[in-house]
Amino acid sequence: MRTVEAGQITAAVAKLAIDANYYLAEDIFGALKNGQNTEESPLGREIFGQLVTNACIAREQDMPICQDTGMAVVFMEIGQDVRIVGGDLETAVNAGVAEGYTGGYLRKSVVDDPVFIRRNTGDNTPAILHIAIVPGDKIKITLAPKGFGSENMSALKMFPPSAGVAGIKKFAVDTVSAAGSNPCPPIVIGMGIGGTMEKAALLAKKALTRPISERNANPEYAKLETEILELVNKTGVGPQGLGGTVTALAVNIEYFPTHIAGMPVAININCHATRHAEIEI
Amino acid sequence: MAEPIRITTPLSADFARKLRAGDSVLITGDIYTARDAAHKRMIEALDRGERLPIDMRDQVIYYVGPSPAKPGQPIGSAGPTTSGRMDAYTPRMLAEGLRGMIGKGYRSAEVVEAMKKHGAVYFAATGGAAALIARAVKGYEVVAYQDLGAEAFAKMTVEDFPAIVVIDSEGRNYYEEGQKQYRRL
Repeated sequence: MRTVEAGQITAAVAKLAIDANYYLAEDIFGALKNGQNTEESPLGREIFGQLVTNACIAREQDMPICQDTGMAVVFMEIGQDVRIVGGDLETAVNAGVAEGYTGGYLRKSVVDDPVFIRRNTGDNTPAILHIAIVPGDKIKITLAPKGFGSENMSALKMFPPSAGVAGIKKFAVDTVSAAGSNPCPPIVIGMGIGGTMEKAALLAKKALTRPISERNANPEYAKLETEILELVNKTGVGPQGLGGTVTALAVNIEYFPTHIAGMPVAININCHATRHAEIEI
Repeated sequence: MAEPIRITTPLSADFARKLRAGDSVLITGDIYTARDAAHKRMIEALDRGERLPIDMRDQVIYYVGPSPAKPGQPIGSAGPTTSGRMDAYTPRMLAEGLRGMIGKGYRSAEVVEAMKKHGAVYFAATGGAAALIARAVKGYEVVAYQDLGAEAFAKMTVEDFPAIVVIDSEGRNYYEEGQKQYRRL
């Protein structure tokens, strides 16, 4: 059995928090550059230009792409032949978040109590941690900082199976139209279809960590991704909600078997600064 | 794209009235930063019959919670936050003389009505262009509510801060007009 020091996990999480917030991934950067040519609205094209310049400044000056450096959503795939020593896993991850957000001059945006006290925890902990035990002796960590301008515009609906493709498409168009300018379009849309209520939500979040240049491996779901993208780009919302033909850069769908009586659909909206960084230990 | 209109703060009622939804602007001067928590405190202060941290007449508030400044820099990344969260507090602020607001996203019908009544303007800055906007920030000094950290009420000195007039003093709304033009469903 391979052993991994808890300290290695802390160091990795700290680095991922900084990397994800400073350096926009190539797939998103490419889509922003592309938008400068494809967007029909002149003002929209200017906004795409600002976003490209912004990503370049952030990269060159090692500073956050967006001031909302998010809650740290951490996906871990832990090989079942790994043993973690020198500390417990959750503490190690949170120590990494604290280290990254403090050392990297990232904004601390987490409050300890959602309703009553709402006191800032001061170091952006706790992380939202999703753990999967997988075959092998490696640990894969994906950190996706999630801003709340877009998180607040996300939605989940428990459909009857009869709603079908038409129901899913209408839900996506309605959600994007209602969100309008708030989630900082051009957006990336993560959708989770199937499973149970919480599974659909988790799939939607996970869908946002897939490169936007990659379509679902199942051709029917790949087609659905493309069709929903075309539809939401006809809503007119456009860059920053000021009108235009590029409201979303991509639709990523993940799906899972579900119950005979249902069809859960979760839509997790992300802004144009769709950030994630990965590492394997 | 037309040349942007240059604005210096404080913003007079006369100047505000000339701005039209859709105009691009560059703002120079002192503006003030506040988000939900600072607004809540200001409204509570008014409720107690106390004064606001500054005289709001002809001032511009920027809805922002910047990331921390690195040593030697005035500020970290500093893009706009969602303005709608301030809607509940905004009509009171406008009644105090607030002339301009910078943020992103929609405003409530009550806010738009109060803007028309008091001759105020709502500007959108590009959400997420936070490193770009930070270049326009020359100074940042906390004025009140220091304990709120990134949410403190602060004076921000800006030079050529890029924004767009989205709702003008007559209530014309560029979000609606712009989207209608490209809607094809």
